[in-house]
Amino acid sequence: MSAEGTPALALRGIVKRFPGVLANDRVDLEVDPGEVHALLGENGAGKSTIANVITGLYRPDAGEMRMHGRRVEFHSPRDALEAGIFMVHQHFRLVPAFTAAENVVLGFAPGRERRVRLDRGAIEREVAEVAERYGLGVDPGARAWQLSVGEQQRVEILKALYRDARVLILDEPTAVLTPQESDGLFAALRRMTGEGKTVIFVTHKLNEVMAVADRATVLRAGRSLGTVRTADTSPAELAQLMVGREVLFERREREGPVGDDIVLALDGVGAEGDRGVPALHDVSLTVRAGEIVGVAGVAGNGQRELAEVIAGTRPRTAGTVAVGGRELPSGDSRAPITAGLGHVPEDRMHTGLAPSLSIAENLALRSYRRPPMERASFLRRSRIREHAEEVIAQSDIRAPGPNTPARLLSGGNAQKVILARELAGSPTALVVAAPTRGLDVGATESVRALLATVAREGAGVLLISEDLDELLMLADRIAVMYAGRIVGELDANATDKGQLGLLMAGAVA
Amino acid sequence: MRAPFGLRLERRLVTPAWLPFAVPVGSIVAALVITGAILAVTGVDPFPAYRRLFDRGYVGDGALSSMLVTATPLIFTGLAAAAAFRMRIFNIGAEGQLYVGAIAAAWAGLALGDSGTAVAIAAMAVAGIAAGVLWAGIPGLLRAYTGTSELITSLMLNYIGGLLLTYLIFDSRSYWRDTTSPNGRIFPTGKTLSDATNWPTFTTLLAPAIVLVVVALALAISLGRRAWIARRSGAGADRRRRSRIAAILGLVVFVLSVVLMNLTPAQSVVFPFGFWIGLAAALAVWVLYRDTRFGYEVRVVGDSPAAARYAGMRTKRKIVAVMCLSGGLAALGGASQVGDFSHVLDARGLQQVALGYTGIVVAALARFNPIAVPVVALVLGGLINAGYALQGADFPSGMVGILEGALLLCTLAGEVLGHYRLRAGRGATDETAAEATAEVSAADVVLGQA
Repeated sequence: MSAEGTPALALRGIVKRFPGVLANDRVDLEVDPGEVHALLGENGAGKSTIANVITGLYRPDAGEMRMHGRRVEFHSPRDALEAGIFMVHQHFRLVPAFTAAENVVLGFAPGRERRVRLDRGAIEREVAEVAERYGLGVDPGARAWQLSVGEQQRVEILKALYRDARVLILDEPTAVLTPQESDGLFAALRRMTGEGKTVIFVTHKLNEVMAVADRATVLRAGRSLGTVRTADTSPAELAQLMVGREVLFERREREGPVGDDIVLALDGVGAEGDRGVPALHDVSLTVRAGEIVGVAGVAGNGQRELAEVIAGTRPRTAGTVAVGGRELPSGDSRAPITAGLGHVPEDRMHTGLAPSLSIAENLALRSYRRPPMERASFLRRSRIREHAEEVIAQSDIRAPGPNTPARLLSGGNAQKVILARELAGSPTALVVAAPTRGLDVGATESVRALLATVAREGAGVLLISEDLDELLMLADRIAVMYAGRIVGELDANATDKGQLGLLMAGAVA
Repeated sequence: MRAPFGLRLERRLVTPAWLPFAVPVGSIVAALVITGAILAVTGVDPFPAYRRLFDRGYVGDGALSSMLVTATPLIFTGLAAAAAFRMRIFNIGAEGQLYVGAIAAAWAGLALGDSGTAVAIAAMAVAGIAAGVLWAGIPGLLRAYTGTSELITSLMLNYIGGLLLTYLIFDSRSYWRDTTSPNGRIFPTGKTLSDATNWPTFTTLLAPAIVLVVVALALAISLGRRAWIARRSGAGADRRRRSRIAAILGLVVFVLSVVLMNLTPAQSVVFPFGFWIGLAAALAVWVLYRDTRFGYEVRVVGDSPAAARYAGMRTKRKIVAVMCLSGGLAALGGASQVGDFSHVLDARGLQQVALGYTGIVVAALARFNPIAVPVVALVLGGLINAGYALQGADFPSGMVGILEGALLLCTLAGEVLGHYRLRAGRGATDETAAEATAEVSAADVVLGQA
C-alpha cells in the first residue's frame, strides 16, 4: 500500500506522562496515505492517548510527529484540524436540536462566514452530495436527536469529509453499531481510502482489524510493539501480541453430565416491548443445573425483553417463569432475587450499577436487605465497606478504593463488580446478557472463564449474546430468537455459525 | 472547545479536602463582589450598604432573634425540598403543604387548647404532619402510579391550598374563623389560639453563644485528638488531612462564636421551639438518608431508577414515601408558624411570604445536604430581614433580591468549579479536557434554559 515513499503521518518516540502513569512510552507509528491503519490494543494500552496526541489535544512530553515528511507540532485541536486531521470520537458531539446538515457545517462554512442566515437548502444539498459520494446515507434535514446511533456516527464522519480531512481517526467506531451498520461503515472507509484519504482505526476487536485494516500497529502497556500487515497475520497472533501471552479462545470442555434439576424454566412466556407492542411470543426454555444455554439472535429480536421478564423488571402477559422450581410472580423484581437468580444485565452502567454511588454501595445492591449488611433497618456501613475491600482484592478490580463512584470504572472493572455481586450468593441460576460486549481481550477471557466456572459449580446459566463465537465456545445448547420467538434450539456441538446465521435471519429450521 | 481569555476547564480527578469548604465561601464572596459592582454602577457606595445590611441582618439589636424567626420555617421547607430533590422528585409544593400543615395545626390547637401545653404541642405537630403527608401524597401517588409530573401537580396544589386558606378565613364561617370578637366582626380573621398552645421559647442572654463555644471546643478537641492519634498510628495521609481540616474548622467555629459573643454583649436571644425541632429534623433526615435501608434505596432510585428496579426495590412506593416525607416536613413548618409565631390561622400573612418557594432556594444553596440546610436558612433569614428593614429611599429595595440571585448563580458556578479546575494558558493539557468542555457546555445549556 505504501506506494509513495513518505508516510502520510509518522510518529517517532512519542512519550506522554500523566501524574503517576506513563501512558505512551516511545510510541512509533507510521501510516501510509490511502490505507486503513488499525491501532490495536487492550483498554488502557495507550490507544486513546496517542489519538489525542495526533489530534492536538495532548502535547507529547517527547517525540516528534511528521506529516508527509514535514515536521508538525500541534498546540491545539484547531491546529490539527487545519492540518487535515479529524477525529470521530466514541461519544458523538452533535447538537440534538440541529439538523444533520447543520451539525455538519457547524463552525465551518467557507465563504459563508459573514452571512447571518444559513441557507438551509444549499447546505443540505452540499451535505447530501458528500454523503452520496461515500455511501453514508443520512437524511440531511433530520434533527440529530431523531437519528439512530449509526446515523449519528455517519454525521460525525460527514463533518470530517465536508472539511476535506485527509487523515480520519475513528475511536472504537463499531462499539455502538449493529453488525450490518459496521459493514456499511467499512465500505465507506474503503471508498475514502480509495480517494487517497488515510484512516486510523482505533479498536480492540481483532475480527474488525482483519476485515478492514491494511496494516495494524499493536500497542501494549503504552509501547508500540510493531506494525504488521493484516494479510500476513492471524487473529491469534494479533491477540497474543496485544495481551502478551497466549489467549485461550477454545471451546469449553464439558465436565461431567448435566444434572437433572431444572433451575430455570420458562413456559409459554409472552411480554410487551417498551412501546406496548408484543415483543415475546410463547417462549419456552429450560436450563438445568451445570448447563450453559445460549440465546442467539440479532439485536432487537426480544433478547432484552427476555432477560427483563426473567429478572422481573418487565411484566409478562402470558406464561410462567420458575427459578429453582419456584414459580415467580409477574413483574416482581424482588422475588427472583430471593429465589436465587443472579442477573448480569446488558446495560451495565445504568441498570447493573447505580453510577454515582460508590463501589461498596453497588456491591451491596442485592444484599442490603438482609443481615449482615443490615440491622434493624439500618445499614452497617463498616460491614459493607469491609466486604467491598475483600471483593476488590479477590476479583482484582482496578479502582482507587471502595468509595470510588462506580461511574469511574472501566467497562471490564464494572463487569467484574457486577459479576462479583451476582455470584456472591451462589445463585442457582444466572441470566447473563452481552457479558463481554465492549470488553478488551483480557477482560473477555476472564469473564468467560468465570462463566464456565459458575456452570461447573452447579449453577445453570442462560447466556444471551450476539457474539456467535462466544456462544459456540461456552454454550451446551443454543436457542435462536427471531421476532420474539424461539425459532430453533440446537446442540452447540453439532452446529456452526452458518446454520445459526440462517435461523437468526428468520429462515425456518 | 476553549473558555475565553485562554482559560481552560479541566476535570478534577481528585477532590482536595479543602474544596467542599472553599467553594461555598468563594461563592458567597463572589456574590458579594458582583452585587457590590452592581451597586457601585447604580451610584450606591457598596461598603456602607453592606455594613448596614450586615448590622440589620446579623449583629444589630434583636437581629439574631429575628433571624431565628425568619429562618425557622425555611429550615422546614428547605428540608422538604432537599429530601425530595435528593431522589430527583421535584416537589415544589412545599408552599401548599405548609398551608395545610398550618390549617391542621390551628384546628388541633383550637380543639385541644385546654388539655395542657405538652399535649397541645404534640397534637398540633402530629396534625400538621398528617395533613402535609396527605396533601403531598396526592402528587406522589399520581406520579408513582399514573406517571403524572409531580412538578405540575404539586405546584397546582399550592394554589388550591392557598384558596382553601382564603376560603376558611374570608369566605366562610368556618371553625377557624373568629366570628365573635368585635375585631373579627369588622375584619375577617382567624380565632386566636389559647395561650396554653403557644410553643415555648428559650430566651437566653449569652447561653446560645456559650453552647456554641462548648460544642465547637468539644468538636475541635475531639477531632484534634483523633488527628493526633491517627498520626501516631500512621493512618493514611488522606485521613490525617481530613481530621486536621475538621479540627481547623472546629477552631474557626470557636473563634467565630467568641466574636459573636462580643458583638452581642447585652442581647438576649429568643430561640423558638420550632428552631430546635427543625435542627432535630435536619439531623434525622441526614441520618435517614445516610445510614438506613430506606435512605440507601432512595439514593439508588435517585441515581438510576433502572438499577433500583433491578435490585428489587419497590420504586413506586419509594416515590410516594419520599413525597410524603417531604410534605410532612413542609407541613411541620406550617404547624410551627401557628404554634411558634402567629397563634392564629393567618390566611393572608402565610401567603405573602412564599416560605415554600424560598425553601427551594435554601435547598439549592445547601446542595440538597440536610445538614447544611439550617445553616443556609439562617444566613438567608438574616438577609431577608435586612432587606425588609432597610427598604427605603436611600437603600435600593431590589438589592437583597439581587444578592440572593447572585448567591444562587455563584453556588451553581461553584459546583462546576468543584468538579473542574480552571487553568490558564494556551496549548494542550492533561486529562480529558475535551470531555470536560463537553460536559460544561451541557451544563451551560441547562442553565440557559432555567
